[in-house]
Amino acid sequence: MAKFLIYRVLQAIFVVFVVTLTVSFAIRLTGDPALMLSQGAGSITEADLERIREALGLNRPFLVQYWEFISGLFVGDFGRSFMGGTPVINLIERALPATLMLAIVSLVVSIAVSIPLGIKAATARGTWIDQAIRIFSLIGLSFPNFWLAIMLVLLFSITFRLLPPSGMEGPVSFIMPAATMAIILTATNVRLVRTTMLETLRSQYVMVARAKGLSETTVLYKHALRNCAIPLITYFGLQFGGLLGGIVVIERVFNWPGLGTLAFQAVAARDYPVLQAVITVLSLLIIAINLLVDIAYGLVDPRIRTE
Amino acid sequence: MTSKALLSVRSLGVAFGSEHVVEDLSFDVEAGRTLAIVGESGSGKSVTSLAIMRLVEHVGGSITQGSIHFNADGVSRDLTALSDKQMRALRGNDIAMIFQEPMTSLNPVFTVGDQIIETLLVHEELSRNAAREEARRLLELVRLPDAEAQLKRYPHQLSGGMRQRVMIAMALACRPKLLIADEPTTALDVTIQAQILSIIRDLQSQLEMAVIFITHDMGVVAQMADDVVVMHRGRRIEQAPVADLFAHPREAYTRALLSAVPRLGSMSGEDLPRREALTVIENGEPRTIGGNSTQDTARYDEAPLVSIRDLVTRFDIRKNFFGGVTHRVHAVEKVSFDIYPGETMALVGESGSGKSTIGRTIQQLQAATSGDIRFEGKPLAQMSKAEQMRLRQKVQYIFQDPFASLDPRKTVGFSIAEPIRTHGLIDNRRAIDARVGELLERVGLEAHHAGRYPHEFSGGQRQRICIARALASKPKLIIADEALSALDVSIQAQIIDLFMELQKDEGLAYLFISHDMAVVERMSHRVAVLYLGQIVEFGPRRAVFESPAHSYTRRLLQAVPVADPGARRDQPMLEGEIASPVRSVSDEPIILPLSETAPGHFVATEKPVGIPA
Repeated sequence: MAKFLIYRVLQAIFVVFVVTLTVSFAIRLTGDPALMLSQGAGSITEADLERIREALGLNRPFLVQYWEFISGLFVGDFGRSFMGGTPVINLIERALPATLMLAIVSLVVSIAVSIPLGIKAATARGTWIDQAIRIFSLIGLSFPNFWLAIMLVLLFSITFRLLPPSGMEGPVSFIMPAATMAIILTATNVRLVRTTMLETLRSQYVMVARAKGLSETTVLYKHALRNCAIPLITYFGLQFGGLLGGIVVIERVFNWPGLGTLAFQAVAARDYPVLQAVITVLSLLIIAINLLVDIAYGLVDPRIRTE
Repeated sequence: MTSKALLSVRSLGVAFGSEHVVEDLSFDVEAGRTLAIVGESGSGKSVTSLAIMRLVEHVGGSITQGSIHFNADGVSRDLTALSDKQMRALRGNDIAMIFQEPMTSLNPVFTVGDQIIETLLVHEELSRNAAREEARRLLELVRLPDAEAQLKRYPHQLSGGMRQRVMIAMALACRPKLLIADEPTTALDVTIQAQILSIIRDLQSQLEMAVIFITHDMGVVAQMADDVVVMHRGRRIEQAPVADLFAHPREAYTRALLSAVPRLGSMSGEDLPRREALTVIENGEPRTIGGNSTQDTARYDEAPLVSIRDLVTRFDIRKNFFGGVTHRVHAVEKVSFDIYPGETMALVGESGSGKSTIGRTIQQLQAATSGDIRFEGKPLAQMSKAEQMRLRQKVQYIFQDPFASLDPRKTVGFSIAEPIRTHGLIDNRRAIDARVGELLERVGLEAHHAGRYPHEFSGGQRQRICIARALASKPKLIIADEALSALDVSIQAQIIDLFMELQKDEGLAYLFISHDMAVVERMSHRVAVLYLGQIVEFGPRRAVFESPAHSYTRRLLQAVPVADPGARRDQPMLEGEIASPVRSVSDEPIILPLSETAPGHFVATEKPVGIPA
């Protein structure tokens, strides 16, 4: 286990290094923050721009700037935003929980809905119930997420005035953004649960469990589901990574004060320190999730644990 | 219903959709007795067992007619009329079942103990502690050593034989009145099969339960059954007490089935293999094919076709943190033998004996770790690429599973023609087609079958197609790796005859790899018995089978169930597991020297470690 953890930590360090290096380099190709900052300030000379660059530390060689960023990481210093000079760590501290909570709520809701539906579709294979579940999941898959989000806002905020159209204020404000994401996730998850379950239900041990006189609920939710766990956990883990990426669009539509919004603004303003920090945090999150997935494998499957 | 039988099946019909797989089936099972239901694949015997458990609905079948009366505790219940809830109270409690595949019957994510305890808690008023204690007692009942420790283990940590014992313990947890055993030993090695059969027999008399024993193996029937029902295509052919059935089978189908069973000892007193006339059922009518002739095809006066000296094949399996190897599978250890033109050389042994690896190494599907393989005197190591390719043409391989070894998306004609094109044997397209047709007819099929796809053929026909494909490249040696194991006995007998006919006509040599001692006895000129990658006994078939000199050979022969109820042996149970060929790197195996006890008959002098007395 210690061997495994050391290996994973080394792997994480390498991944963070490659990701941040790529991002820091790439963003510097997209435009000059000095120009962005000086927009609308009337006549700007090249000398003014040079002064701004010097103040922001942008006139130094790339590798020096990158080193400053990396060494700051180890002491929890992400630098200051180019826009207003707020410490980046403070921005992250506000945005990260908002994004995480939204992502977790969406995923948990989706899993809680798709497991029973997927199992139902698998056991009722070929019947109208199975057909209905599959057709609805196909419909769910076909919606683009931003369109679904706008439709929900139109319906529940503008027409019925039931839910707040944007912002994060209290549990009610989670309903629409989480529902938008959960609907799309559930559409794929139901199919995945159904397929995995069909495979597992063909196993001999499921028949043995029935032959023992166990109830169908025990057979399905205890004996079969636990054996579906490996592919499901793998997929849910991957999905969580994808979710963090997809959340940018949803956060924009609902004006959600999360990492997605922060990243969007940082790209628009060429706010290098903020963008670097957001990407680093996201990649750390994804590494952490992968680690959790690996640990979960061992918890659900003794064949992996005892290797 | 006046019958006092424990279970009374009357006019049972089971269908999958519009396909009737069991029709008008009736039989009784008396309390405390064993009824064997025997039949070949597609006979409906397993479906019958699932119908009794009312589990057939879960695999897409339904009971279309008839009744299944279960008479216990003074109550007669028709199982076909019970609700699912009532049925659940019986399942695992009064009627229990053991399945064929011990490797997949236990849930991999729960401990052995939890799976037994679960059954106890569903049906009996027990505390968890009491159930655990009972589970331990059950594991002792099936003679699992160190039962307390086994409770905490997971299925993947147990061997196939141990898992099947756990399965039996689980089935017996609530002292069922009826145990249904569906091919419980088919997937096991023969010595382990003997252990499991003996456990079932002992516990049956101890617990006074009735057993329905479903099998395709007439040897097992003879050893286990009181009464036998023979099934064929969903119908009962005949029912009789076991001694009567074997002595005076009434129906032609039963007679054909019994005559096809290879019997250990049937070749006693003969030096050479012999072809025998076969009775086959065609369109419901018995017909005799082939004739009797001695298989005098081996040409020992010629130079050996293949010579193997000190062959070693090992696989690295476990590695440490730095990528260094810590454990290896010692599949083959210092094996030497020759194969002469026209002879059938058999390799026999149980799982992990290395018999398949030897075949794969000769066919260059697997690289040897060390040792020397010569083909027609030329060392494999010194061959050019072109010569190695030519060797692949001269040595052909037939696999166990005829379903997996043909490409489902290609016509069988294409598959048979492929080696002809690959090796450039014929370059005219029309001539290739003619040759394919000729090959199909050679193996007992028809030339126009070339345009069909593998799924249109039965298992036996597919194995014939595989043989035709092997013949296509005009081989001198065919390696048949358990090529008969997946086939029904009647088909098996026909393929054995085909193998022998081809040997006679084409002068082929066979390396026949098998775990089935009776089939090996029928076919082989010489036999090598393998244990943990080493030859423990080697010699002419008659010498090895009639005067086995090594304890392991005797143990193997003793474990084979004999298809003769009169020869039922109440022998002491064979103990012990099959040893593993996995060793840590520093732990080199001891090579057992062979000594010649009679001309050509070699026996390992010491007993290898791991075989109990």
